[in-house]
Amino acid sequence: MAGIIGKKIGMTNIFQTDEASTKQVACTLLQVGPCVVTQVKTKETDGYNALQIAFGEKKEKNTSKAMLNHFKKANTTPKHRLVEFKSFEVGKYQLGDVINVNDIFNEGDVVNVIGTSKGKGFQGVVKRHGFSGVGGSTHGQHDRQRHPGSVGASSFPSRVFPGLRMAGRTGGKRVKTQNLKVLKVMSEQGLILVSGSVPGANNSYVLIEK
Amino acid sequence: MNELMKLVEAEYANVRANYPNFKAGDTINVHVKISEGDANKVRIQQFKGVVIQRKNTNTNGETFTVRKVSNGVGVERIFPILSPNIDKIELVKQGQVRRARLYYMRGKSGKAARIKEKKSHA
Repeated sequence: MAGIIGKKIGMTNIFQTDEASTKQVACTLLQVGPCVVTQVKTKETDGYNALQIAFGEKKEKNTSKAMLNHFKKANTTPKHRLVEFKSFEVGKYQLGDVINVNDIFNEGDVVNVIGTSKGKGFQGVVKRHGFSGVGGSTHGQHDRQRHPGSVGASSFPSRVFPGLRMAGRTGGKRVKTQNLKVLKVMSEQGLILVSGSVPGANNSYVLIEK
Repeated sequence: MNELMKLVEAEYANVRANYPNFKAGDTINVHVKISEGDANKVRIQQFKGVVIQRKNTNTNGETFTVRKVSNGVGVERIFPILSPNIDKIELVKQGQVRRARLYYMRGKSGKAARIKEKKSHA
């Protein structure tokens, strides 16, 4: 498994024809790389093997001196996102190497995409946990169609169990979508088209692992 | 739309270019490919009717709805405009309408369901 940093561009759909049928497939366009290797961690120096790669241009004035020098070591400009991947082949990439789309992805690959989901604010249990609500507004129900129901019972246990699903902040969390098919690789522009949706808003950073 | 997204959707530009420019209110004849049994056996079926709406225009997801009255029963078909199953589209008649979505056609029949033909200014 290897991984790379990218950006969600947006969604569209394409038509796919195989022997039996034609399907309209919803898909997401991702800008992938080019990523720069900014640090190579090895078992001798760090206790484990990993690659730190960087993506997304950043202004020099918004970068701390410590980070500026870190990028200088890799002979590159300041970048927004730095992510460590443990899954790369050891010794394949050196400090300052550039990883492109076609180094990792081929058409037909199955990938996982990790992103930060859109924040939904404070939401009730129906939206947040998929509770079905009360189910009706008659038979003595009043003002409680989307309520969670009883949480702590009476004499036993007479308390609320820790971790009980309740209302609260929803979204804005790291989410992984698994098993998305790579429908198309456009290596010139550094784009890939994956089937289905990926977490997060357009123009947000995502990690793509294969 | 994002410039990069246009690159992906540009692939279908020639499909769109093959079709006449039709709007809600126009009468069109859609030639639909229908495969019977295996994929090699394909025949063409025609669906002629009034376009009552075009949705999600200028995206890959664009669809249009064609309505006709068949044996006294109203029939509506929704086609994705980029569908490979559409053989061709003929523009039969241009209609003069004031709305983009002709949902009011659903409640009308007979003489009330007529659409004024567009006067050509040529």
